[in-house]
Amino acid sequence: MTDPFTAVELARMQFAFTVSAHIIFPAFTIGLASYLAVLEGLWLWTGQERFIRVFHYWKTIFAVVFGMGVVSGIVMSYQFGTNWSVFSDMTGPILGPLMGYEVLSAFFLEAGFLGVMLFGMKRVGPRLHFLATLMVAVGTLFSAFWILSVNSWMQTPAGYSINEAAQFVPADWFKAIFNPSFPYRLVHMVLAAYLTTAFVVGAVGAWHLLKDRTDAAARTMFSMAMWMALIVAPLQIVAGDFHGLNTLEHQPAKVAAMEGHYDSHKGAPLILFGVPDDESEETRYAIEVPNLGSLILTHEWDGEVKGLKAFPKEDRPPAEIIFWSFRIMVALGFAMVGLGLWSALARLRGKLYDAPLLHRLAVLMGPSGFAAVLAGWITTEVGRQPWTVYGLLRTVDSASPIEAAAVGASLIAFILVYFAVFGAGTFYVLRLMAKRPGGDDGNGDDEPKAVIRAAGVGSGASILEQRPHRPSSHAHPNKPHSA
Amino acid sequence: MELDLPFIWAGLIAFAVLAYIVLDGFDLGVGILFPFLKNTHDRDIAMNSVAPVWDGNETWLVLGGGGLFAVFPLAYATILPALYAPLTVMLLGLVFRGVSFEFRHRAERSRILWDIGFSGGSLLAAFSQGIALGALVQGIAVDDRAYAGGWWDWLTPFSLITGVALCVGYGLLGSTWLVMKTEGGIAHTARRASWPLAFGTLSLIGAVSLWTPFQDPVYLARWFDWPGVLFSFTVPALVAACAWFLYRGLNEHRDHWPFLSTLGIFVLCFCGIGISFYPTIVPPGITIWEAAGPDESLAFMLVGAAILLPIILAYTGYAYWVFRGKVDPSEGYH
Ligand code: HDD
Ligand code: HEM
Ligand code: HEM
Repeated sequence: MTDPFTAVELARMQFAFTVSAHIIFPAFTIGLASYLAVLEGLWLWTGQERFIRVFHYWKTIFAVVFGMGVVSGIVMSYQFGTNWSVFSDMTGPILGPLMGYEVLSAFFLEAGFLGVMLFGMKRVGPRLHFLATLMVAVGTLFSAFWILSVNSWMQTPAGYSINEAAQFVPADWFKAIFNPSFPYRLVHMVLAAYLTTAFVVGAVGAWHLLKDRTDAAARTMFSMAMWMALIVAPLQIVAGDFHGLNTLEHQPAKVAAMEGHYDSHKGAPLILFGVPDDESEETRYAIEVPNLGSLILTHEWDGEVKGLKAFPKEDRPPAEIIFWSFRIMVALGFAMVGLGLWSALARLRGKLYDAPLLHRLAVLMGPSGFAAVLAGWITTEVGRQPWTVYGLLRTVDSASPIEAAAVGASLIAFILVYFAVFGAGTFYVLRLMAKRPGGDDGNGDDEPKAVIRAAGVGSGASILEQRPHRPSSHAHPNKPHSA
Repeated sequence: MELDLPFIWAGLIAFAVLAYIVLDGFDLGVGILFPFLKNTHDRDIAMNSVAPVWDGNETWLVLGGGGLFAVFPLAYATILPALYAPLTVMLLGLVFRGVSFEFRHRAERSRILWDIGFSGGSLLAAFSQGIALGALVQGIAVDDRAYAGGWWDWLTPFSLITGVALCVGYGLLGSTWLVMKTEGGIAHTARRASWPLAFGTLSLIGAVSLWTPFQDPVYLARWFDWPGVLFSFTVPALVAACAWFLYRGLNEHRDHWPFLSTLGIFVLCFCGIGISFYPTIVPPGITIWEAAGPDESLAFMLVGAAILLPIILAYTGYAYWVFRGKVDPSEGYH
């Protein structure tokens, strides 16, 4: 075989591919699990039927996406050992227990209550069912906590010492878990998950509002999503700014690459666009705003910003990629704020459900959260190169002693299987989203009815009676309460 | 007194792996049996009998793997590269079967595709787990804290036999699970399938047990020297007792017995493997103490495990309790 890639390169491609596929699902399920808990809580509290209707609509979608998240995640937890065995041996004593806590405190919690949440409404009644939904939501957040602690430790290692077998061993667990970049990364990622969900829910609501403005369920979705966009998107920019300052402190080379600065400056400009070139060490065709770079990064007009040339060549991340991925994320962040503001205006004017242009834009921005999350992770991870443990363990020294042919073959298998399986899954999810949340769109499909019946809504009386409040209205226009 | 943390953790990891084998064993087994369930209705019931619990079952696999990474990093870093190909195939199989639970009900024309995915994925996962087990028993070449073999080392006649054995054994767990959880036509089919599967499982256990001691003189010594010889007689005797209960349960339509006796057989075989292994974790050379991480890591994780494992067992039990009894065909969630 004339293999053009080394085993390490192939392992990197494999990790990048499988983890990028994985992160798409958690980004959505973390937010959606919380959203479902809110919906069910609102239903129990107000007794309004639209909430449980929206709940069941998204619950079905959640089940499909969650399944894909689980299987892609299991792949990740074995990939450390198969492809990065040296890394695993060296970091296991620190990262292993953190991931172990993730399994014990998060994965079991999610999995244990997922069955009850999806299938158990009739068996356990609404209150216990709500508890199950809450546990699933809490589980996804615990999971984010631990895995981001792991990832952040690789970015900004702390609380460790090194033993005679060259392993990183714990010296201070608190410092290792709450390592310097972790709080920022956790906040930024959880907000990202909430935004991702908000924009998907908003897009689906908007899509159905474009077809039928009176659909109460679609209105509920759209309104809730736009509140999230209005409030969370600006928070995300603030969180991102703090995150960037933290990165400047601990990984200045990464920030230099994000900014496209090769030379160090006092009073550095902000490069809006340009074409970084690692070869010639300059950013060509740069469009700059004088001094703004220093202002943002140091919060000082004349602050000093280091460029990539201040670091040895073999320690620099590739600027060509992260310069762009960073801009994509930031641009999407501002676009999200924009949509949130527009929706607020429409709401003030009493036209939130009557603004086709706004709804079109919301549909268009449905996938923006996923794009921003991927762009953000690419910035973070590629920016950490050439290290797996920043400054301490190089990527080239982390890989397993496996032949390139084996890694290449499994990479191809993963690509084929993932595209087939997750492609089909995406198709099913889109089809579920095309169903009218307010009820049957009369295309003769009997599945949603079956779902609703089994989950105990359509079967009406029995479940409704157990509820604390009588439903205040059955005012849904499209669908009489039947089954 | 100093706690022997690596020893405690070896026990806990062994427990996680055993929990995985018996729990995911029956739902993989249901998948393996899918082709024998002739109509969609029966398949729906079979799937609904495991749908609420499969994710929890599979989480034990993550605990087994993740636990190894945490407390025996050297074992994780040598076993996983050694089993590169079978583990990759296992993961891909698990991908297919895991998504099929939901996809199958979302598909319209292509449902049969996900039936195949569910079944084929389950079979692949079971087979590669069996191969992995066989390859581990045979031993792994390690040099200077790293795997030192090639990427086909796992493929031997012995590992192929263990692969087949695990498929048949999981099939039996699955069929007896269905006997316990279903009624009518499908229960009948499952009961009929249990006979050859039981016969196959027991014969393969016999074959593998006789073969294992000759993989490594250490195993031989362990089984035939004092005090191992005590176990050498009790384990087969207990397996025979389980087989007897399995037989009666199937014969006399006591629907819980067959599944419980099959569980017993699995637990006993697992103990048997444990006897062969102890105290190595990466045969032939690396012991649990050599592979263990520092005590601080083990102690830190142990605190969490001591608090969280009982809670996990409690709510997992609760989830099984919620879905107790025979599956009601009209109650399908989908
Ligand atoms: C910020 C969130 C986040 C990130 C960065 C990751 N994950 Fe994840 N993961 C989740 C959030 C999550 C989740 C929301 O908790 C999932 C999604 C679906 C699920 O079951 O839980 C999950 C599932 C999930 C599972 C299946 C759990 C089960 O059986 O229920 C495993 C084994 C992993 N992940 C492992 C990983 C690894 C090794 C990662 C890094 C390389 C990783 N995850 C990144
Ligand atoms: C979930 C979102 C994540 C994405 C999208 C992501 C993306 C990437 C990408 C693109 C690379 C390749 C970088 C390169 O080769 O230039 C990479 C490498 C890597 N990442 Fe991540 N990553 C994510 C999360 C994580 C997490 C949570 C961990 C640790 C638990 C992690 C550990 C690693 C390791 C070990 C490598 C391989 C070494 C390397 O090439 O840097 N990643 N990741
Ligand atoms: C203008 C707004 C934003 C700014 C200034 C910003 C800033 C940053 C910075 C500096 C990083 C890199 C951290 C590192 O060095 O490791 C980052 C990473 C990331 N960003 Fe953003 N971001 C913004 C908007 C968004 C949006 C809208 C999303 C998603 C909805 C998002 C998702 C992510 C993710 C998932 C990561 C990787 C994980 C992490 O390191 O936190 N960001 N962001």
